[in-house]
Amino acid sequence: MTAITSGGGRRLVDTVLRARELSILAALVVLVVVTTAVNSSFLSDQGVKDIFLNASILALLAVGQTMVVITRNIDLSVGSVVGLVAFASGKFVLGHDRNVLLVLILGMAIGAVCGLVNGVLVSFFRVPALVVTLGTLYVIQGADYYWAHGQQINAADVPGSLLELGSGSVLGIPYLPLITVVVMLAVGHYLRSYPSGREFYAIGSNPDAARLAGLAIRRRILTAYTTSGILAGLAGVLWLARFGTVVADAAHGWELRVVAAVVVGGVAIVGGLGSVYGAALGALLLTTIGSVLVVLKVNSFWQDAIAGLLLLLAISVDRLLGLRVTRALRRRNVRHGA
Amino acid sequence: MAPDASVKTASAAAPVTATPRVGRLVRWDVIVTALLIVVFIGGALGTPDFATGDNLSFALDDLCEIALIALPMTLLVVVGEVDLSVASALGMSSALLGALWDAGWAIETIVPLLIVVGAVTGLVNGLLVTRLGLPSLAVTIGTLTLYRGLAYVVLGTKAVAEFPQNYADLATGTVPGTPIPYPFALFIVLAIITAVVLHATGAGRAMFAIGAQEEAAFFAGIRVKRIKLLLFVVSGVVSAFAGVIYTLRYGSARADNGLGLELAVIAAVLLGGVDFDGGRGTLGGVVAGVLLIGLLRNLLMLRDVATEIQSIVTGLLLIVSVLTPRIVAGVREARRHPRGSMSASSQ
Amino acid sequence: MSESPPILALRGVSKAFGAVRALQDVSLDLHGGEIHALAGENGAGKSTLVKILAGVHRPDEGQVLLDGRPRDFRGPGDAQQAGVAVIYQEPTLFPDLSVAENIFMGRQPRARFGRIDRGALRSATAGLFERLGVSLDPDRPARGLSIADQQIVEIAKAISRDARVLIMDEPTAALSGNEVGRLFSVARTLRDHGCALLFISHRLEEIFELCHRVTTLRDGRLIATEPLDDLTPDDLVQRMVGRELDTLYPKQDTTPGDALLTVARLTREGVFTDVSFEVRAGEIVALAGLVGAGRSEVARAVFGIDRYDAGAVEVRGTRLPVGSPTAAMAAGIALVPEDRRQQGLVMDGTIERNIGLTTLRTLRRGPVISRKAERDRAADWAIRLQLKYSRLSDAVGVLSGGNQQKVVLAKWLSTEPSVLIVDEPTRGIDVGTKAEVHRLLSELAADGLAVLMISSDLPEVLGMADRVLVMHEGRLAAEIPRAEATEETVMAAATGRTRREAA
Repeated sequence: MTAITSGGGRRLVDTVLRARELSILAALVVLVVVTTAVNSSFLSDQGVKDIFLNASILALLAVGQTMVVITRNIDLSVGSVVGLVAFASGKFVLGHDRNVLLVLILGMAIGAVCGLVNGVLVSFFRVPALVVTLGTLYVIQGADYYWAHGQQINAADVPGSLLELGSGSVLGIPYLPLITVVVMLAVGHYLRSYPSGREFYAIGSNPDAARLAGLAIRRRILTAYTTSGILAGLAGVLWLARFGTVVADAAHGWELRVVAAVVVGGVAIVGGLGSVYGAALGALLLTTIGSVLVVLKVNSFWQDAIAGLLLLLAISVDRLLGLRVTRALRRRNVRHGA
Repeated sequence: MAPDASVKTASAAAPVTATPRVGRLVRWDVIVTALLIVVFIGGALGTPDFATGDNLSFALDDLCEIALIALPMTLLVVVGEVDLSVASALGMSSALLGALWDAGWAIETIVPLLIVVGAVTGLVNGLLVTRLGLPSLAVTIGTLTLYRGLAYVVLGTKAVAEFPQNYADLATGTVPGTPIPYPFALFIVLAIITAVVLHATGAGRAMFAIGAQEEAAFFAGIRVKRIKLLLFVVSGVVSAFAGVIYTLRYGSARADNGLGLELAVIAAVLLGGVDFDGGRGTLGGVVAGVLLIGLLRNLLMLRDVATEIQSIVTGLLLIVSVLTPRIVAGVREARRHPRGSMSASSQ
Repeated sequence: MSESPPILALRGVSKAFGAVRALQDVSLDLHGGEIHALAGENGAGKSTLVKILAGVHRPDEGQVLLDGRPRDFRGPGDAQQAGVAVIYQEPTLFPDLSVAENIFMGRQPRARFGRIDRGALRSATAGLFERLGVSLDPDRPARGLSIADQQIVEIAKAISRDARVLIMDEPTAALSGNEVGRLFSVARTLRDHGCALLFISHRLEEIFELCHRVTTLRDGRLIATEPLDDLTPDDLVQRMVGRELDTLYPKQDTTPGDALLTVARLTREGVFTDVSFEVRAGEIVALAGLVGAGRSEVARAVFGIDRYDAGAVEVRGTRLPVGSPTAAMAAGIALVPEDRRQQGLVMDGTIERNIGLTTLRTLRRGPVISRKAERDRAADWAIRLQLKYSRLSDAVGVLSGGNQQKVVLAKWLSTEPSVLIVDEPTRGIDVGTKAEVHRLLSELAADGLAVLMISSDLPEVLGMADRVLVMHEGRLAAEIPRAEATEETVMAAATGRTRREAA
């Protein structure tokens, strides 16, 4: 009846839990070192800056998606929200010199509404998250296309102050990664260190137990979706700021890229496990691979294939490690227990 | 329900029993079929060009890849799994077809090869899910990316056209004397076979049991892994074959053929009333769901409604299809218990 | 018994689920410093009552009184804040979170800015475990804890709340021996500190050992609330079932035939080691031992659910392949599993389909299943086992626990096995059905079946078995013939003679 004494078992568990972020980091380092060895221009200021700029939007979306996935749900509508917001804020600034802050707020407000709809449907009506967000993916995308009607926003029409957000920097650090890192740290700290943050993990880990424990399940799920929506809205504005030229299907198909980044980053698709840091690292890794292929002059067509392989590798290794831990714990149970 | 149920299930079941699984009283597949008939009659009366043989055969032809892939997808969802890689497998098959045709292979050699390739794509999904015990959602998001990537590796951004006319005719022609295109006739045959398998054979019984309570199915001696593996393989094969049809129908092999089609297939299956959590659904419902989506799209197109609206309608239908049964159940429950028992729980 | 007003009470509470009236006009007083028992057969309404006290359900009629004043619990959170803690039969932990977080979820000690104080969290948890006398690591995840340890975490959770009312819904179902003893000593300590406790168990001897008063429910109605001092176990059973019971253990004498099941040196690393035994035709062999001793795991391996690393399983001299339930079934083994709801039945499925699930091959007419054959077979077994149901097309989930178990038995007996393994055949089912199941097992053995019965219910083991195999820490510790099997001999083997007392 006595249980596992601390020691080997605990260390093993700890290692595996942390291993995920560390192993992605290691993969990143190896990737960068090897690529730099082959082509030293890879690690140039511009090269590094490009990678971070490119990864920022994906990482931002991955942070929001993580909150949702941790509660054992999923948000497939983010790609559509990015597209809608990018186009809407483009329309909004068209020919006017709008305040950047105002544009950001508008974008995040649109995202919040989309997220709220998802959240209400999932938490109050208990409709499977995949189905709801697949539905809103279509609806939002359709509304966006209908509105755009083939139009596109051109960089020339976008005010310089907004474009500055996409390409400018403070103290040599570009705004985009800065925003992403700040958001990531804030969300990560909240999820790890605040009682309500831990409830997201609890809900995803065992929804029935969460209900019996009297946790505010609806509110947390609503929060997760709204956050994901707001961050998708933010990403939409940043998309416009970075690319200037926006057509309605900006970020089309990104929902699955975001989920891929999150899963590569070690967030369990069945909820309860993972961190926003891992998810952001996952996004960085996926983006870096893209750049590496360019630098190594590998046909860029390989990028998707490699990203897919990486995802499969990540979840398989996770699973195998998990099985080993379970086996190790099982042995300990027998040795120490009755 | 048994009031003294053990806590684990009762805690899950107490508010849930009456909520999502009302099934018996609100048969969603019946509602969808009724809706289909209403749409058809309404369309025939209100839109002159709708109920013509040419238009219907065009509408059905346009639908056939989604319809074909929806069959194995239904079985997968019933056993509690999902395959998001179908459209990428279709694209990969299309790209291979283009590349090999370009290289001078005969269609008669290419197609059997593509079937084998399709089986392998399904095998990869199935092995990762059954051998490693990974969630199919994560696995097939991975293979979705992988197979689409491989399609680009094979064909790049090229488009290969000019396939032999006799094969193109097979993909677009109709069964003599009917407005039914050959690919859709194939769908009808396969749908009947699938319906019999699912609803009248031991394998079908086993599938429902797996989806409803996998562990109990395993304890009852059902070869859970083997059945799942087989279904993934079938899904791969059908997707690859759908890739051939798609290519011949449009007369163009491209790596991005069928991009995003997986979501349309899943939408059709769920619209047909198959429970995404597994263990519940009818093939008749799925056929009605597929046709409803197809006819609506066609009607909207005939009425010059922007194509974007079709996407909105699909999305709304999808949400309504899962929402209605729950709201009905919730209202019924609320009437019985003054307190709202639709307390939240994820999924 | 106590002069003070009850801490928590129910007054005239009724609750219905659809057409089923789970509780009708039930009242209950829980006083501080008293352990109150709740008795009743399955389906009597015990769990519904617990859930009303826990705030999971709201009564349709009647009141919940806290310190004499009506309270309306809007959800489990309300009840918890009012000082009501519930330990459910099956622990409800968050597997991905640490043990400490599980205990303090929603009430974590705070540091500055409302952040969680992890140091305080850890030390508070360690303090709780010290009080309970267990050595669990506060930082390990709950995933992989044994059921007994999970129960400990639940108890720690209740204690940490400084609960004034502790409700234990069959907390001992998965425990044995000294684990139950430890739970009881914790319960008594809480009682002495002025807590009100409500204790539910199917094991009558536990009720008599621990409690002062007992409230009996039958069919959702209150039968009696009375001191246990004035009752005998027979009285209590009579109140629960409303009639005299036939003998609970109708064991028929049989002469064993050939060995049908032979298990030789079976080993699964870290789970069980070198297990050898045989079960002969006409014999009921009990596999006893503490929870976690590896009994169910041996059964699972024999049936092919789990793989084993070494050894062999033979049926009538033919060796079975490793890890194939299908092969085990073909060889004539049937396994009535431990967890009825997860492993035994498809709860959403109908009665007829559940019974037919093991014999799909024989229900075929051509390639398709004959619905008539399916229904006929189910109807046949329903009559043979006296199943109480309204329609065969009802979901098994609507049946009572005892009737569900009959469906599981029907499902397996219809495969016409020669070896029947039953894992906790009467756990969580009412006394009346229990006797029926025992009679059935006895008849089956008399008909020449080899029966291997795993049970934590010692009277059942002693009453039913021709031989008792006792497992201890993954090994067979003893084989005791019926004549020599007593509570003392079985428990001595199950606990291991050299076994040190648990910390």
